[in-house]
Amino acid sequence: MSPYLTHAPVDLNSLLAAVSAPERGGVATFLGLVRNHQDGRTVARLVYSAYEPMAEAEAARIAAEAEGRWPVRVALSHRLGDLAIGDVAVAVVAASAHRAPAFEACRYVIEELKRRVPVWKKEFYADGSVLWVNPTRPGMGAPPESVPTT
Amino acid sequence: MNTSSEASGQHLAVRVLLFATYAELAGRALVELTLPSPATVQDVLRRLRAALPGAEWLPDQPLAAVNRSHARLSTPVRDGDEIAFLPPLAGG
Repeated sequence: MSPYLTHAPVDLNSLLAAVSAPERGGVATFLGLVRNHQDGRTVARLVYSAYEPMAEAEAARIAAEAEGRWPVRVALSHRLGDLAIGDVAVAVVAASAHRAPAFEACRYVIEELKRRVPVWKKEFYADGSVLWVNPTRPGMGAPPESVPTT
Repeated sequence: MNTSSEASGQHLAVRVLLFATYAELAGRALVELTLPSPATVQDVLRRLRAALPGAEWLPDQPLAAVNRSHARLSTPVRDGDEIAFLPPLAGG
């Protein structure tokens, strides 16, 4: 697998090229973009950081799980550093002979990435305030369920 | 490779990594700790609290990793392990 983390813009074409093959007729893609609002506040920009070696290892484990569970090839990439509104933060592509396994594997990978990969988001708001995003806090999405451990 | 302290079965040394809001609140991203062997992640957490006075921001049961894999508080740690305490994940 190519590195999951990048400090450059996410290259969707290279992800698509990595999973494309003559026998794979269905490709599902998920793109996570930087949103301009969070909890009713206007987001100006944000910074992603990671526990990089673990994030790489965990992303590779998730990709292997998806490829073991469905007849797919997956590719994934997450951008770190300073991002602006509308930038692609994360991309997942899953290719299979037909669409059903591609959609299912793509959904599995993005849900597991959000739940298990050590990446953090610091949001800078239009009012000048700054906050590390905590999805487990009320109003910031669903709490993560327990993660698989060694 | 065993260190002399591990060979004696008395103490083990671990590197504790902190990230994001935890690193900012602690004022550091790395804490090196020595503790009696055997030990678990829970023991490392206890020792970390002692090393970081006023660390009320550290939850009772933070997400933890040992050697770059998710771990439980009951997971044993060995000499030379890399332990990480992870703030709530927010990728994607």
